[in-house]
Amino acid sequence: MSKTPFSEGITAGRLASAQIAENFGDLHPRLDDHEALVAADRCYFCHDAPCMTACPTDIDIPLFIRQIATGTPEAAARTILSQNILGGMCARVCPTETLCEEVCVREVAEGKPVEIGRLQRFATDTLMDSGVHPFERDAPTGKRVAVVGAGPAGLSAAHRLAMYGHDVTLYDARAKAGGLNEFGIAAYKSVDSFATREVDWLMQIGGITLETGKRLGGGLSLDQLKADFDAVFLGIGLGGVNALGVDGEDKDGIEAAVDFIADLRQSDDLTTLPIGRDVVVIGGGMTAVDAAVQAKLLGALNVSLVYRRGRDRMNASAFEQDLAASKGVRIVTNASPKAVIGNGTVREIEFEYTDDDLNPTGQVIRLQADQVFKAIGQTLEGEGLPALERGKIAVDGTGRSSVDGVWAGGDCATGGDDLTVTAVAEGRDAAEDIHAALSV
Amino acid sequence: MANLESDFVGIKSPNPFWLASAPPTDKEYNVRRAFEAGWGGVVWKTLGAEGPPVVNVNGPRYGAIFGADRRLLGLNNIELITDRPLEVNLEEMLRVKRDYPDHALIASVMVPCEEDEWKRILPMIAETGCDGFELNFGCPHGMAERGMGSAVGQVPEYIEMVARWCKEATDLPVIVKLTPNITNVLYPAEAALKGGADAVSLINTINSITSVDLDMMSPEPMIDGKGTHGGYCGPAVKPIAMNMVAEIARNPATARLPISGIGGITTWRDAAEFMALGAGNVQVCTAAMTYGFKIVQEMISGLSQWMDEKGYESTADFVGMATPNVTDWQYLNLNHVTKAVINQDDCIKCGRCYAACEDTSHQAIAMSEDRTFTVKDDECVACNLCVNVCPVEGCITMRTLEAGEMDERTGQPVAPDYGNWTTHPNNPSAQAAE
Repeated sequence: MSKTPFSEGITAGRLASAQIAENFGDLHPRLDDHEALVAADRCYFCHDAPCMTACPTDIDIPLFIRQIATGTPEAAARTILSQNILGGMCARVCPTETLCEEVCVREVAEGKPVEIGRLQRFATDTLMDSGVHPFERDAPTGKRVAVVGAGPAGLSAAHRLAMYGHDVTLYDARAKAGGLNEFGIAAYKSVDSFATREVDWLMQIGGITLETGKRLGGGLSLDQLKADFDAVFLGIGLGGVNALGVDGEDKDGIEAAVDFIADLRQSDDLTTLPIGRDVVVIGGGMTAVDAAVQAKLLGALNVSLVYRRGRDRMNASAFEQDLAASKGVRIVTNASPKAVIGNGTVREIEFEYTDDDLNPTGQVIRLQADQVFKAIGQTLEGEGLPALERGKIAVDGTGRSSVDGVWAGGDCATGGDDLTVTAVAEGRDAAEDIHAALSV
Repeated sequence: MANLESDFVGIKSPNPFWLASAPPTDKEYNVRRAFEAGWGGVVWKTLGAEGPPVVNVNGPRYGAIFGADRRLLGLNNIELITDRPLEVNLEEMLRVKRDYPDHALIASVMVPCEEDEWKRILPMIAETGCDGFELNFGCPHGMAERGMGSAVGQVPEYIEMVARWCKEATDLPVIVKLTPNITNVLYPAEAALKGGADAVSLINTINSITSVDLDMMSPEPMIDGKGTHGGYCGPAVKPIAMNMVAEIARNPATARLPISGIGGITTWRDAAEFMALGAGNVQVCTAAMTYGFKIVQEMISGLSQWMDEKGYESTADFVGMATPNVTDWQYLNLNHVTKAVINQDDCIKCGRCYAACEDTSHQAIAMSEDRTFTVKDDECVACNLCVNVCPVEGCITMRTLEAGEMDERTGQPVAPDYGNWTTHPNNPSAQAAE
């Protein structure tokens, strides 16, 4: 019996496979050669360019765009990757509209920035498609470094350390490396198994041993790692999911948005992935948007994204909000969850309108829901960690934690925003500091 | 509405826009369509002597350089004169001129440097009813090696000699087309005048190699692994052509010699600029080859609008108006002092002015922490480079200092009077004269 978007409950197969394939196609397809030349030509090659300053990994953007413009995208890729080894993924997932492209002088002047992200993808894809890994590993140093967590921070740190000749053991709790690149972002930003391919490409540097299924408190302890290795880098991300803290939260049909996205990303056939008819996503960040949009693309009839403050306070960028709206997601703002209603399974969810300071108004609404995704933030999990600060591992500017010989970076550590590109920068910088420490 | 009708050395055309002798004018089919599209005149693709026509290469004839978005900026060609039999061309010219009596039809001609050759062919061509002749002394490739084209144009004595033969052979106007591949365009222009030519047209194409295939290590366009210098044309050559037009127009000996301006004319504005420098009309090729015949509509509407705005009733009203303002460097007013001014409201903070000035000029632009760029008047020599590299038109301008105002760079007040190098105290000649 075939299903449709009108079918009640949480069910698979709402859309035909052809429609699913179209819905989950590349959000921003790679520029073709001529498009890249035209886009590159718009760059003014600014002096001390604002885009470079805005990039957490300090990529020399004017230089790589000029290299594209002069017909050497491979050289452009080297410029990018020498600063950001995950430049390919960052080209896909970076919120460029709040980073490099936001400060592009052409954005300021005419509201149309140079398409830095898409140009970066053009360059990195060109190089990676040729199968070239542009870096060589130095002679082995005999030093051993444990990197815990094979997400953006860990991969970045591992690559840089391996490049310097250190032997890296890269641990991850999941069965595959990649972290949020592999499990945590919308599928249409990383089509054709790009995250997996990028990890394989990165590992070509050599000197990195991947061990999966191991986590701190699950086969690993920080004390043991410190004893076994010359240095330890923690890039373990935020494994816990914040609870709504309302009555009825344990009812069926309520799950973490990150789990939904992970299941979706690992699915071989999205027509077999169940989705509700009436889906409510609670939260206002990138994860909330990724969950809401993909729920819609899977064939949910109604998808509401509900955020407790106004749109300008949402962590999701304006671009992401517009994307959600364009896909048919209804964005409800200034509404805080109060109760989950249903008999064992969620049927409705009740919200109270709240102002931007979260003061209740006494006005209550109910949204029909057969599936609810929680996306109100994640928390650090683990025991025996270095000292924390505001719920994250406290680190200094080079990633050093309170424990001697232990560095940390990415979402699990204090520092910059919880972005892929920031994690890459922190992993890289910690690796540089580890290398310096091991070279004494 | 302005009257665009043109009378160039007695040759009348509905507007001053002619198609230059080139592939677009090689046959009846093209020329009829050109006239229908609005072109005022056509210089037919160069005719050669009777007998078997020349042959062209069977590989690429053109090479190009591009700007953004593959906008064609310069074109070079290695095509020769018409490769169709003379009689075929003459039959077609006859039919076209009969059907378009009000349009200008000029015959471009190139035969060997022998008196009887020229004197035989011109009357034959005149039977088509054409309005005049253009002597092709400019083609820089293929024909030059055979003693024709630019091989003639590079020897003023030959120009004078052939022009004289031609004037003896016909009553129709004779225009001498000049090559730019010379050291001083005044010599060939004066030779044409001495030979009795009614006008000169310029420029023909410039010797050029547009690019090199770095795999084959061969110039482009490449024929079986080899290339040869072609003739360069298109927007890139316009500045060179305009200078040569102006040199002839302001030279006392040739000042009254009519000029048909050629070289990268792409828009009505280009045409107006050539004519302001002294060209009585203009000829176009590359722009038509790039965009098709329709561009003449923009040229007509644009020139009309501009003439109306300026109050010019006919093209003769503004031809040569800029010529008196073309002078030699030594006569420029050294007491005219300007300073760059950056409009902060328009500035998009790209910093290109800063990089250009700091790295390559006079360190006269300051950059603040918040990327505010300002001109240091005590360093600014008014070179204009910042204006030219600024991506925002009108953002940086040059302010003229008032007489008496302090020039902070020199520490001297601006002199009120005109003063040039000929009288400047640093000029040894000027001092010697005292």
